[in-house]
Amino acid sequence: MSVMSECPTRQILNPGNSNCGGCGATSGLSLLSRAMEERKIQIVIPACCSAVAAGLFPNSVYGVPALLTTFAATASGATGLSVVARLNGEDTRVVCWAGDGGTYDIGMATLSAAAERNEDILYICYDNEIYGNTGGQRSSATPHGATTTNTPPGGKVEVKKDIMEIMAAHRVPYAATVSIAHHEDAIRKMRYALDQRGFRFLHLLSPCPTGWKSEPSQGVELVRLAVRSGLFPLIEIFDGKRRVVNVEPDFSNDALAKYLHLQRRFRKSGIEPEALAPEIEEHWSALRAKVKCFEEV
Amino acid sequence: MALQLISANHAAGMAATMAGNANRSARGFCAGLYPITPSTECMEYLCVQELLKGQVVRVESEHSAMGVCIGAAASGARTFTTTSSNGLAYMAENVYVAALMRLPVVMVAANRALGPPWNLWADHGDSLMLRDSGWVQLYCADNQEVFDSVLMAYRIAEDRRVLLPVMVCQEGFILSHSMVETEVSSQEEVDLYLPPLDLPHRLRDDARTMGGVDTPAVTEAHRAQHHEAMSQVFEVYREAQEEFEAKFGRRPPDLLVPYKMDDAEVVLISMGTISSTVDHIVDEARSRGVKVGSIRVRGYRPFPELQLKEMLGGIGRVGVLDRDISLGFGGVLWGEVRGVAAPGAISQGYILGVGGGDVRPKHIEAVLKDLLERDSAEAPIVMETNL
Repeated sequence: MSVMSECPTRQILNPGNSNCGGCGATSGLSLLSRAMEERKIQIVIPACCSAVAAGLFPNSVYGVPALLTTFAATASGATGLSVVARLNGEDTRVVCWAGDGGTYDIGMATLSAAAERNEDILYICYDNEIYGNTGGQRSSATPHGATTTNTPPGGKVEVKKDIMEIMAAHRVPYAATVSIAHHEDAIRKMRYALDQRGFRFLHLLSPCPTGWKSEPSQGVELVRLAVRSGLFPLIEIFDGKRRVVNVEPDFSNDALAKYLHLQRRFRKSGIEPEALAPEIEEHWSALRAKVKCFEEV
Repeated sequence: MALQLISANHAAGMAATMAGNANRSARGFCAGLYPITPSTECMEYLCVQELLKGQVVRVESEHSAMGVCIGAAASGARTFTTTSSNGLAYMAENVYVAALMRLPVVMVAANRALGPPWNLWADHGDSLMLRDSGWVQLYCADNQEVFDSVLMAYRIAEDRRVLLPVMVCQEGFILSHSMVETEVSSQEEVDLYLPPLDLPHRLRDDARTMGGVDTPAVTEAHRAQHHEAMSQVFEVYREAQEEFEAKFGRRPPDLLVPYKMDDAEVVLISMGTISSTVDHIVDEARSRGVKVGSIRVRGYRPFPELQLKEMLGGIGRVGVLDRDISLGFGGVLWGEVRGVAAPGAISQGYILGVGGGDVRPKHIEAVLKDLLERDSAEAPIVMETNL
């Protein structure tokens, strides 16, 4: 049976929430709802769009137990929940759901420490490449060439931080990228990550129509183009060593051009595929080398 | 019960360990721990204990130490951390969260001045920085009090009328590193004093969200409830004291500790270890016929205003000694006390011993002499004790 036909009995994010139309976090949590099935989940959310989405006390859109923490306390709060669950013999999966600001920037030390301790938690970064909740400022996940409310006039000069290699350097048992345009791959990875023990990391590219200045209906297509062009590699990394490429990009100029042109955040910099291609090529050649290096003989 | 020669840091660690073990039939114990002078030995102690149902997490920062406590407490475990000075400042954001989420976390703060410029020594300014964070704050004067206060702290924090975190404050080095004979209770005794924690609002399997969004109206209601819970501490504290005496055979001090106040016409008010030096000078002055008394403020939050007002009565000369300074204002304790003293009373603030300055009898003598001689209060006097 295809995962596409499965209808979750429980939703992590219930309808009627305040997420913008086309928010990648909505799609991501919908996929996670399908992946979790009957598993018990506790979710930890730092200050971010998904915290605001919880809605006004005493109501909540979250259909699972949720702990909303301070910006940098996602992985530490989750550690506390996970430790107590294990002390009590509970198989509850503690899942962190944090944006790129809370992951790449302010929460990096906390994340790194929890990964180094190999805490029994699943950390999912929904990466919209922007501080969305504060109105769209640059983070260290914002890509080169994108304009935000606080980047220089020509857009961001610096290159996006490579979060997957950072997590790989921690030798965590499992790290993978997740695409909202590749449901079977996404749900397989989510389920695998939910059922592993130790620190697991998922990186989900999360379109933000508000910040990316794109059409809400184009989010899934944008992620598909990011995968096709090689901009967002779909990979898995086991124990920081063995790497698997799940979807081969076509590296086409066409996909990259479409990806850029469907978003007005790249307009001011005027960045073109030709400018990004060398970065992508370099990234992939390093990735291929590592795949080869750790290939099982 | 056994007498042991231990530091206040170890006293705190022992009490926290036994309190944690006492929760083994419930959700267990979890401590988020990170070193900083002068609280380090307390966390080191905890890190080598064999916990009956518990785990310490050796985190990468004080912010995460409290983050771990928040997560573990949200799951219903008994929790503990300890820190000092800049560590407390770094932790501050999550210190507030523990209180706002009504989580009964217990922390021991080994008081130390903030820097840089670096200073390792005693100063109440670090925990007073968090006086408005919604935590109960107790200030100790000796090692026994540290041990007993940690046990009492859990009793108070976990009481359903309160459900607030408690900070037990002890001056760095003066207490944290001083080895003193301390009555250490047995696990069996602690088990009888601390019932298993059943946190009513902990996360269970149902879809409860902790920490969602509050409108102004809801925030007003939450703060009013929090404030009301603080006011319950007075009654709960008395009960915890009585129960403590019944179980352990010794009675921890009241929230306010008066000394020779019955006929006092002049009073010196202080917190922590300075109080014992003050009491020594009270005795000396009384031998010269000066009707002076002293009050030690042990419970700072909630502030025992009514009890203090009653103790002060119509006393016309009130000297307040602060081992802290609210820059641009004066002593933090003085700021609270001067509103409680009798109308027209001379309420003079003295700041001494900040940054670990060695407060000696001669300094208290000078304070008393100044207080007795003056016609009116003036701006707080900052004394340099190490000159």
